[in-house]
Amino acid sequence: MSDCLVDVRELTIGYYNQKGTLVLVLQGVNLEVKPGETLGLVGESGCGKSTLGQAMMGYLRSGSQVLGGSVKFADHDMFALNNRQLETIRGRQIALIPQNAGDALTPTLRVGNQIIEAIELNADLSGAAAKNRMLELLAQVHLPHPDVMANRYPHELSGGQQQRAVIAMALAAEPYMLILDEPTTGLDVTTQAHILNLLRDIVADLGTAMMYISHDLGVIARVSDRIALMYAGEIVEDTNVAEMFKSPAHPYARGLLESIPRLNLAGIPNSMPGQPPIPGTLPGCSFAPRCSFISEICRSKSPPFTSIPGPPHRVRCDNWEKVLAIDFSQELQQVFRTIEHTTEDEPAIELSGLEITYHRSGFMERIRSIPEPPATVSDITLSVKRGETLALVGESGSGKTTIVRTISGLLPAKRGSIQFEDCDLTVEVDQRPMELCRHVQLIFQNPDASLNPRHTVAEILDQPLKLYFPDMTHDERRARQIELLERVRLEGRYRLRYPGQMSGGEKQRVAIARAFAADPEVVLCDEVTSALDVSVQAAVLDLLADLQRERNTTYIFIAHDLAVVRAIADRVAVLYQGRLCEVGTVDEIYSPPYHPYTETLLGAVLVPDPDHEPKLLASDTPELAPPAKGCAFQRRCPYCMPDLCVEEIPPWQFPESDDGHKIRCHIPINELLVDQKAAF
Amino acid sequence: MTLVAQSVEQPPRTKRRSPLAETWDNLRKSWAGMVGLTLIVLHILIATTSPVWIPRDPLEMNAKIRTQAPSAEHLMGTDKLGRDVFSRSMVGGRVTMVVTLIAISIAVVWGGLLGIVLGLVNGRADELIMRFVDALLSIPWLLIILLIVSVLGTKMWVQALTFGFTYGILTVRVARAATLDFVTSEFVLAARARGERKRTIVIKELIPNVRDVLLVDGAMNWSWMLLGFTSLSFLGFGVTPPTPDWGFMIAKNREILGVQPWAVFGPVVMLGTLIIGINLFADAFAKALGLDRSQGAPV
Repeated sequence: MSDCLVDVRELTIGYYNQKGTLVLVLQGVNLEVKPGETLGLVGESGCGKSTLGQAMMGYLRSGSQVLGGSVKFADHDMFALNNRQLETIRGRQIALIPQNAGDALTPTLRVGNQIIEAIELNADLSGAAAKNRMLELLAQVHLPHPDVMANRYPHELSGGQQQRAVIAMALAAEPYMLILDEPTTGLDVTTQAHILNLLRDIVADLGTAMMYISHDLGVIARVSDRIALMYAGEIVEDTNVAEMFKSPAHPYARGLLESIPRLNLAGIPNSMPGQPPIPGTLPGCSFAPRCSFISEICRSKSPPFTSIPGPPHRVRCDNWEKVLAIDFSQELQQVFRTIEHTTEDEPAIELSGLEITYHRSGFMERIRSIPEPPATVSDITLSVKRGETLALVGESGSGKTTIVRTISGLLPAKRGSIQFEDCDLTVEVDQRPMELCRHVQLIFQNPDASLNPRHTVAEILDQPLKLYFPDMTHDERRARQIELLERVRLEGRYRLRYPGQMSGGEKQRVAIARAFAADPEVVLCDEVTSALDVSVQAAVLDLLADLQRERNTTYIFIAHDLAVVRAIADRVAVLYQGRLCEVGTVDEIYSPPYHPYTETLLGAVLVPDPDHEPKLLASDTPELAPPAKGCAFQRRCPYCMPDLCVEEIPPWQFPESDDGHKIRCHIPINELLVDQKAAF
Repeated sequence: MTLVAQSVEQPPRTKRRSPLAETWDNLRKSWAGMVGLTLIVLHILIATTSPVWIPRDPLEMNAKIRTQAPSAEHLMGTDKLGRDVFSRSMVGGRVTMVVTLIAISIAVVWGGLLGIVLGLVNGRADELIMRFVDALLSIPWLLIILLIVSVLGTKMWVQALTFGFTYGILTVRVARAATLDFVTSEFVLAARARGERKRTIVIKELIPNVRDVLLVDGAMNWSWMLLGFTSLSFLGFGVTPPTPDWGFMIAKNREILGVQPWAVFGPVVMLGTLIIGINLFADAFAKALGLDRSQGAPV
């Protein structure tokens, strides 16, 4: 056995599309993984990272074929083996942990039985021995009460718990290697940090090699020893974690790292122009059209995978010396751009005592006077100034989307009021005058779902124009469409495209253009960048900031990514279980004193820096409903005081003399400050 | 490596095809779909042009040549009354096809619209009407049709309306289920948040997305309706004699099945090929549109 566990040589994979032309997915990939090593495989969507991960298990998507090269796993040529031989390797020696654990588990089988199945199949144990091994595995992945959890069905577990169960299943035979394909994408930050810690511990204990596939450089920095960066079906840079983050040698690596919003740097990061090409369609370097270091040779000849002197570092770029000559940490400081915009003093949107509930009391409940459960969102009093960006922050289930949908009139408010300038927004949308509807616009998270697939961009943009400006003629609308497209930095020719013919970033721009077609005062942004790639995300954030400056638009911005919030928001409201925890300007929120929940969230954020260690304060046990009384965060709070916090709703405290920054907590500000300053 | 790289070309991004053209491209690739389409077109041609070219008058009786086997003069022989089976089989689908085509259009329109509106409002009215629809579905459809036809008579417009109404009930459910998939989607939410009227949401956002499902469902229901109408004729409530009709021919000639099987086979083969054609086409059509019939929604 050679010293490599996995040895991928010149691997080229492609498929024939409907028109019969060959489309490459991977081109000439070389990658080795040593036993016990953890490798992070990074790249944006469509770069071929999942295909490479699957190829390591000898698996190809239907229609795809190996056009050249080989994959060797523990000296087996994976694509020369028949299915029976592969079965003895897959699951036993190499195991896959997929992104969506909920889909990977069979909904009708108890979790324990599913794991026992994997043990019987791959670890040759049966009966009581298999059952004991199952309980041992559940304990190993830190699931509380393994005997109870084993009897549950997958839907009775939270997303994080499901992922732990899938990890337990993959560990059944203690494989030499784990392949993890975005296993924490879609989980909350705190859950993600806990799962990553678990994986680190397991890999260290068992000496398992791991290949971690992700688009998130923060996650990769946390789990990997070594990083391979993919672009357009090629590995463009391959080095250890420290080198990758401190002195990346490929221009794409630099561009990618510069486009990530940072917790410690204010402003909007740099965005990369252009889009990746389809692999193998350019004669020279795939990155050449987007590269700022471009020289003559780049366009004509594909650069070789060159080794850089010093620590193991390979890069597919002819100009790496020029790239390395510029100090990266200094460059990083300069790329962040703050877009100055004016905030007026008068409020645009005012929420007072807002309460929203999904619960509808049934007939029997009313007769027997069963008390209603606590409202989903309660006691929200906030004001957003004209031209300001207020971010709503919190984990899933914190009521962010509920609040925004109520402001847009899609959900009824139970108590309290929403005020827009002098108008009442508390009523649902069909009772609002058209002019009021025009002033409040909504942008959704997923541009795939928010654009009707049956309409062209022209038809999509026509809808708000026809609705709000019925006097516009056809030609005026056409001119306005082109103007709107140009404002979101798309060309006029996009008018005739269908959503299916555009990339994710382009679609989100169209969705933004649709919102701005109404010429609104307030735009509600619901996770508008979280479905996009980092380089695209930076461009969309930049666009939003520019649009705001032009018209002095007010934004209410929902995000779970605290670095994104840091980049775009003026003020932040932190929500837990539909209750406000802390409100303040960005600087106030991101420095002590914090509300314990804010501290938990910030502590769990993974930043693209290998030296950063997340601080895990609270457990990641999810809560399904807010507590009936006391502080909303009581059950997970690391500082919870048994009587006070459980019984009484905490008071608002004001760390500064003015009432801008407020924290809702029983612990005196001074005590919070002392603890938190010491910790950070 | 370079050899592979050169053979790849960037997909033409400038050329855009309308969804309709794309559907046709996909359909054309399906062997079964083209066979189905050919059968349907052939039947429509026969129905529209047959009175001109059939060899005999389908109504002409001749006591001398009753129940004859196929011959050069009578390709499929003659029936009990000495009428030419081939000529009767050719024209025997005319009334059936007209009635069912009108009926299926009625069914798709009213059933589709009601289903889409119910899916959108999705409240108490929806609940109430759907339970009523369920109740209607629990009555055998032939019973409903026989009841209406026996009260209002066997006029063509009565039959078309009756079939349109009865089969539309099935379409209500299909349309409502398909709509529910889209009602919670973000583009409908976006339209609602914009303040669009319900009518605009139905026309602009929902119909374009549910349309495919309804078309495929309509094509399938057409074949069921053909069977239904033929059954009605078989029972004597369909086409008024002596107008030739497949169902009625089968009913009258089954007594001489042993002596002159062609008198029954003629209409059976015609009806069978049409129904098989419709089914083959509907399946391929659904695939070409990107629908999975087993799910009834876009995949």
